[in-house]
Amino acid sequence: MSPQLKNQLYELSVRLGDDALILGQRLCEWCGHAPSTEIDLTLSNLGLDLIGQARHFLTYAGELEGKGRDEDGLAFERDALDFKNCLLVEQPNGDFAQTIARHFLFSTWQLLFLEQLAQTNDETLRAIARKSIKEISYHASISAQWVIRLGDGTPESHDRMMNGLDWMWRFVDELFLVQEGIEDVCENIGLDLSSIENEWRNKVAATLKEATLDLPADRKGIFGGRVGHHSEHLGPLLSEMQSLPRTYNDANW
Amino acid sequence: MYTTELKSGSDGGKKRSKVEIVEDPAKLAAFEARVAADEFIEAKDWMPEAYRKTLVRQISQHAHSEIVGMLPEGNWLRRAPSLKRKAILLAKIQDEAGHGLYLYSAAETLGTPRDEMIEALHSGKAKYSTIFNYPTLTWADIGAIGWLVDGAAIMNQVPLQRTSYGPYARAMVRVCKEESFHQRQGYEIMTVMANGTDAQKRMAQDALNRWWWPSLMMFGPPDDSSPNTERSMRWRIKRDTNDELRQLFVDVTVPQAEYLNLSIPDADLKFNKEKDGYDFGEIDWDEFYAVVRGEGPVAKERIKARTDAWEEGAWVREAAMVHAQKQSKKDAA
Ligand SMILES: [Fe+2]
Ligand SMILES: [Fe+2]
Ligand SMILES: [Fe+2]
Ligand SMILES: [Fe+2]
Ligand SMILES: [Fe+2]
Repeated sequence: MSPQLKNQLYELSVRLGDDALILGQRLCEWCGHAPSTEIDLTLSNLGLDLIGQARHFLTYAGELEGKGRDEDGLAFERDALDFKNCLLVEQPNGDFAQTIARHFLFSTWQLLFLEQLAQTNDETLRAIARKSIKEISYHASISAQWVIRLGDGTPESHDRMMNGLDWMWRFVDELFLVQEGIEDVCENIGLDLSSIENEWRNKVAATLKEATLDLPADRKGIFGGRVGHHSEHLGPLLSEMQSLPRTYNDANW
Repeated sequence: MYTTELKSGSDGGKKRSKVEIVEDPAKLAAFEARVAADEFIEAKDWMPEAYRKTLVRQISQHAHSEIVGMLPEGNWLRRAPSLKRKAILLAKIQDEAGHGLYLYSAAETLGTPRDEMIEALHSGKAKYSTIFNYPTLTWADIGAIGWLVDGAAIMNQVPLQRTSYGPYARAMVRVCKEESFHQRQGYEIMTVMANGTDAQKRMAQDALNRWWWPSLMMFGPPDDSSPNTERSMRWRIKRDTNDELRQLFVDVTVPQAEYLNLSIPDADLKFNKEKDGYDFGEIDWDEFYAVVRGEGPVAKERIKARTDAWEEGAWVREAAMVHAQKQSKKDAA
């Protein structure tokens, strides 16, 4: 593989690793504070899966980068400009409906994406994808169930669910540009994303219909996560997450 | 300890003995005989009202401790210094949530609904372990909690696997397996830090300094101030006294601290050959009783976090209930 392709493969792995890491970190904020202990357990499960996936993707990214950085080197020593997660996952938790809106929109995309990644010819990515599909199928289904429960629950939960979707909707278009700038390597490993957007729109529309929720109106998409231009929400998240390794840079933990 | 009777006032042995007088003596004698023979009492079996009450209080207090105990550790989850540590800590806190759920279920078998127990926690009527009213100030506290707090929990809970109430004993079997895992993980964090940089060593020693005495207090008041111990032991709700368990904890933990080159903050600590165990200094019981009364350093923060979560989540629980009702109506139609 040419150095240029290898660099793109690093970039792809980092995008996927950062998606999982940042969303996992967001879910950690709920720990001990969820609406019920059962929901606390569910959110921790989702967070654990994502942190696990982040470790796999970032370890691989570190190998591809070849500068001796491991998962922690990448997670804790990069600045916001070098984080490549999509803007959706870094959005604040808000209320439980907003958290569910984010998780539903993201994991529905992530599942479709991983199904494609599992068929590529990059052995490592394929293996991570196959392992993750089982987990993310659960994420997509549990979050869809909550969208339905809240949408078709009380008038209050219906409104909150609508507001949650409304907050997140401007970040949806960015999901379908995950390959932007790294098209060569996507083609090289045989990653075919052509059908994802349609499938995603159908699935989301079907769930919202069952939830008696209107599909949010189209709007101008907001982009930038994949090139390191984030929302104002990422910086504080990183400062907190990275504080120990950055303060004590000669320490092992 | 998670399960030691923590009551600030004395509700008087009088009230309780009144209840006992009402019990049918033949049934009571049969019950006492079954318990003395180490039989398990099950939810549907006859039991004296005082037994039921004591158990509900003890098990729900234990459940509350698991749930409140998620907060001090959750404080460091977002700042865990490696992804592996973050995953381990999240899984650990998740285990504690699971323990809370088994225990609430065990207590519910005695006829008290979970919402009622939670209400009692939030109103301050129900207690939880005093240990969770202390703050977590550095990452070493996460190690110290696993090592000392989960370690102390094990000492108390291993005997409870043979407690007389079946659902409680079975919950303890599951819980104990996970607690010993937590204890080892905590000690491992301490090992790395105690052998780390100067800054890490300082954090490790400081964490031990702050958590040592509160850990000893977890075992509850001294035996001569635990009026119900005798009856609880007879009923196999308790299987060892507070002081016996505390001594066992000290004897097991001191060599572990020595191995880490950390010093126990007790000038009176000394090995006593005759009793083949350590003598240790006087516990500050005034502090203990203050914390039991709800005057611990972060007691207000802990209860506020729990009530906020509960109140802010009310609309979610309500929506889930309403949705389930709509579904069952649809299914019936
Ligand atoms: Fe999982
Ligand atoms: Fe609507
Ligand atoms: Fe677990
Ligand atoms: Fe526990
Ligand atoms: Fe534990």
